[in-house]
Amino acid sequence: MTEFKKPIVGDRPAFDSEAEPFIDIQGVGKKFGVFTAIDDISLKIYKGELFSLLGGSGCGKTTLLRILAGFEKPSKGRVIIDGIDVTDMPPYERPVNMMFQSYALFPHMTVEKNVAYGLRRDGVSKAETRERVADMLALVEMSDFAKRKPNQLSGGQKQRVALARSLVKRPKVLLLDEPLGALDKRLREHTQFELMNIQDKLGITFIVVTHDQEEAMTLSSRIAVMDKGNVIQVGTPSDIYESPETKFTAEFIGSINMFDCQVKESGRDHLVAHCGSLGQDFHLDWGVAVKEARQLWLAVRPEKIQITRQAKAGQGINELPAFIHDIAYMGTHTIYRIRLANGQILQATTPNLRRSSEGERNLTWEDAVFVSWDPSSMVVLMK
Amino acid sequence: MKKRSTFLLSVLVFGFAFLYVPILSLIFYSFNSSRLATIWGGFSVKWYGELFENDLIIDAALLSFRIAAVSATFSVILGVLAGLALSRFGRFRGRLAFTGMITAPLVMPEVITGLSLLLLFVSMEDLVGWPNGRGVTTITIAHITFSMAYVAVIVQSALSGMEENLEEAAMDLGGKPLRVLWDITLPLLTPAMLAGWLLSFTMSLDDLVIASFVSGPGSSTLPMVIFSKVKLGVTPDINALATLIILAVALGVICAGLIMRHQARQKYRL
Repeated sequence: MTEFKKPIVGDRPAFDSEAEPFIDIQGVGKKFGVFTAIDDISLKIYKGELFSLLGGSGCGKTTLLRILAGFEKPSKGRVIIDGIDVTDMPPYERPVNMMFQSYALFPHMTVEKNVAYGLRRDGVSKAETRERVADMLALVEMSDFAKRKPNQLSGGQKQRVALARSLVKRPKVLLLDEPLGALDKRLREHTQFELMNIQDKLGITFIVVTHDQEEAMTLSSRIAVMDKGNVIQVGTPSDIYESPETKFTAEFIGSINMFDCQVKESGRDHLVAHCGSLGQDFHLDWGVAVKEARQLWLAVRPEKIQITRQAKAGQGINELPAFIHDIAYMGTHTIYRIRLANGQILQATTPNLRRSSEGERNLTWEDAVFVSWDPSSMVVLMK
Repeated sequence: MKKRSTFLLSVLVFGFAFLYVPILSLIFYSFNSSRLATIWGGFSVKWYGELFENDLIIDAALLSFRIAAVSATFSVILGVLAGLALSRFGRFRGRLAFTGMITAPLVMPEVITGLSLLLLFVSMEDLVGWPNGRGVTTITIAHITFSMAYVAVIVQSALSGMEENLEEAAMDLGGKPLRVLWDITLPLLTPAMLAGWLLSFTMSLDDLVIASFVSGPGSSTLPMVIFSKVKLGVTPDINALATLIILAVALGVICAGLIMRHQARQKYRL
């Protein structure tokens, strides 16, 4: 599939085909006995990126991270970091540090000693160690807790110490395994932005493993969506969300409504496809290189759907009569589940732009409505 | 306060009575002035005095403590190594067999352990001339063999309860494997090692059967001396000795309990 879209080149080296990758994962695979954790992955990650590996449990994302850290040896392929082949290098020689999901703070050492551990192993002088530890604790706002033991800290505090410990050696790459997984929602949002700030300040390349699409979307400069030991799609958060290349990506990130269609008309700047079960034609105002009569999925995100009581004036493109099936009021927005003529349920979200006032009749169950969306907001997914 | 069930209360009383009446009666009779162990003849501490003049018993007690301390120390060293191998070495060939074999002494009847060790020592003396005769050395070796299995099991379970990533984190921060063992694994195993040492110590102090098999002339441990004395009739000085041992054990248990409570408090204090 080719979309007629211009690549963006500029300060983001990921889109510059000339740029040297900082981390080059070349055809890496990993088998545990008969189980294939990673099938065949090649990725190029650039300096200063905040790169996410996103996928469900068992997709191989953690194994890939452990290969980068050096805890697992790949069954095939090479890993190159900053021009050096590290495939056979033990973890203690790699220019890489990891922040563990469980934080893995040493329980018998104080916060200070935990952070200093890596520097002591490198033979950094005592004075310099003290200074760098103090700087790092100040960066994560944990200076007041230097003498505490890990079991005297809250989850958020432990996380900061773990971050300080993994950053103090100034690694070339920082690996983060589900960095926000153990925090509650409020703390997550706060920490998320803090992580981004720190990354920005230090310019270290971050690789984050997460199963949480929201986390990946807000944190990352680029995301690799993984499934069953393979990378399905790599792109910026908006690429992944707005232009998913496969049904898996589309369904994994956010929710999406799909229509089973057959191509009726395919041109340079438009596409018309017919959905048999609805007896409806859908229009796209951009071209996709597909032959006529080809079966494919057309998909539309819930927030792109407009709900109106009356049919819009005009030719009624991408407009369907429907009934309100279910309503969930979420505060910032409302989620409607909408029943189409063929019984298919669509999900649509509308922002609650105004406070609902007396006298105004809101949409309610079994109201007859029309749903419509812009021809530019549909996504084509190949079968 | 909630009214407690009379049934539960009587079960509790009965249970504790079952456990402690024999010990209490022993302590009670150790203060008996009568020479007949089971007939009350008034309060006296003379048997304690006599005990300390009995060189046979004092020597045997010192010997037992020495053997117990040495064998407990070696058991901890060997047991920690075995425990580490079992849980940190990955899946090596024959790991299951090794696990089974290291725990076999836990279920092996003591008589068989004792007999097989005796045969080993005798044939070793014939072949390589060491150990030269049976005595303190052979008893110590025998005690190490059976108590290291306990230490290995304790260490293994402590390691499996330890957070997995700690050693990886240390390695990630630049610690080479031996350094990580020294910096992270061993400090975190200290409670397990202490527990293993105490267990080995008490088991060595307590052992009669195996020691009887592998001891030689002039190397009678305390349990052996007590056992041979009791064969001639229970004398009150034995009661006094037993009371002192119970006192020592109780002090040990209380100390261990206090240490553990202190640790638990530190752990949960925020």
